[in-house]
Amino acid sequence: MAESVLTALHERFGDAILETGTYVGDEIAVVARERLVDVLTFLRDDPDMAFAMLTDLTVVDYLHQVPRFEVVYQLYSLTKKHRVRLKVHVDEAPEQCWVPTATGLWHAANWAEREAWDLYGVRFEGHPDMRRILMYDEFVGHPLRKDYPQNARQPLLRRPDAPTTDDQTTRLLEDSHDRRTSG
Amino acid sequence: MVATFKKDAAVSGHKDGPVSGAREVAQSLAETFEPSGRQAGENRLSPSMEAFAEQAKRLPTDEVIINMGPSHPAMHGTVRVVLRIDGETIKDADVQIGYLHRGFEKECENATYGQIFPYVDRLNYVSPMLNNVGYAMAVEKLLGITERIPERAEYIRVIAGELARVCDHLTCVVAGLAELGGFTAFFYGVRAREHFWELLEDISGARMTHSYCRIGGVAWDLTEDFIPKCREKIAKVRKLIDDTRSLVERNRIFLDRMEGVGALSAEDAVSYGITGPVLRATGVDYDVRKDKPYSVYDHFDFAIPIADGGDNLARYLVRIEEMEQSMQIIEQAMVQIPPGAVIIDDPAIALPAKREVYNSIEGMIAHFKHIMDGLRVPPGEAYSFTEAGNGELGFYIVSDGTGRPFKCRCRPPSFYTTAALRQLIVGANLADVVPIFGGINMIGGECDR
Repeated sequence: MAESVLTALHERFGDAILETGTYVGDEIAVVARERLVDVLTFLRDDPDMAFAMLTDLTVVDYLHQVPRFEVVYQLYSLTKKHRVRLKVHVDEAPEQCWVPTATGLWHAANWAEREAWDLYGVRFEGHPDMRRILMYDEFVGHPLRKDYPQNARQPLLRRPDAPTTDDQTTRLLEDSHDRRTSG
Repeated sequence: MVATFKKDAAVSGHKDGPVSGAREVAQSLAETFEPSGRQAGENRLSPSMEAFAEQAKRLPTDEVIINMGPSHPAMHGTVRVVLRIDGETIKDADVQIGYLHRGFEKECENATYGQIFPYVDRLNYVSPMLNNVGYAMAVEKLLGITERIPERAEYIRVIAGELARVCDHLTCVVAGLAELGGFTAFFYGVRAREHFWELLEDISGARMTHSYCRIGGVAWDLTEDFIPKCREKIAKVRKLIDDTRSLVERNRIFLDRMEGVGALSAEDAVSYGITGPVLRATGVDYDVRKDKPYSVYDHFDFAIPIADGGDNLARYLVRIEEMEQSMQIIEQAMVQIPPGAVIIDDPAIALPAKREVYNSIEGMIAHFKHIMDGLRVPPGEAYSFTEAGNGELGFYIVSDGTGRPFKCRCRPPSFYTTAALRQLIVGANLADVVPIFGGINMIGGECDR
């Protein structure tokens, strides 16, 4: 059943599907970043695809390879009972290290993308709330990158140039208050 | 305090007659709730209440930002919620996690496949056995040995896993009741959980962090008297669960705090990626054990309970029924369990028996290679998923061919459920945060990893 997903992706998106394959029963497709949101929207909305659930989102860091990062989406369809794994390659140069956000498609993308940004430093363009989630705001670097040493220690120190969690939270809550009262 | 008050009142009444101040209060209360000379259909406040209502209008009504957690008992010590409240109503909230982040993935990348079992024990520390099974199955999928696991090992995994699921649901349900003030129910539930923890201790040697599964099977066989003992314990636990239910289910306070509180629609639950009892409480019958039966779950006759409404009460009811279904699975498994080996017969995957390690050079070298280098997993990647206490527990493992995973991602069900907490509590009362948060069963070890 799931092979029809990969076939449909090839038929509909052609060159935007860079690679497809199967490994130990998992269906995998590599998608060009430019068409990612189109592909995700198609997979969610097409009645034959019906991937209503973004099960998981993570990043793999292939240090010393080009491109370095791979953003991985696991999708599941509750009605069709099939799964697919989408991958997007991302370069490590800071201005290139981004993918478009999927928060407009699934609520689940919100926190999952925040975690991916926090731990790997891949930006999600258009995300409404791109804050760290597991680490503290004063943390420097992205701990799950392969070049972040396992035994590095970072005591929690307040830095004058970085906003603290409390500042950010208060601003966030007050912003939404302003929007509500003005609108 | 109450006793002192009664005693004093009686003494003062005996000496000086009723205290006049108290009588006035009592009279005004009586007038407020049953005004004398009230006509049918007339709903008028007493003069004193009208004056109070006038005063209340002039009270300051600024919204306040308050902080709940992380060191708040109802927040389980690991989640901080910053709330903007207007009186008792929550206008906006910011849910902050990460207080229990221990770098699970980073540690896994530097550990052999076998050394990861103790780490996964500490993900969902309320049902570690289910994490053990989920992780072992992911590595087995990558190794391509899923079909070669001995059947007895699969049955033991099912029995141990379902015991853990009952413990998980019991903890969630009765801790939630304790947070609502039902402490007696909590003790009944914890007593039931203790029975199953004793069984798990018999199996694995540890009450909580079992590390009992191995890649390719389980560490050792069940004890000889396990099955009769398990039957006895299940009967006791059934009785205790019934007692717990009879304590709360006709209780007005319990129903008021649970019914209609924290409701979630099925569409939102799916969009948030919520799985497990919280999703099934919204009426979606997704359970990995039925949708894609793994292990030997297709050998058993059991039902997936669902409920309507997606509120706190629905979550409670789904968990209660799932415990019964789990115990029925265990009973069937105890009848069907075949004799045989409990770990795969493959020296490249399973550790050699201790007898061989101590008495033969081959055994000792095999043991040394396993412990120092880890078992070799061919390069590739796999996403494997099982039904854990809180929903779909996934492991996405990328191997580069060495004895340590290149990446070991855990898909934590609690993380996605906690992401929906903001939507659940905005618009609710401040006091409702406690039962709602208890009902989604956020487990810090799994949510923050």
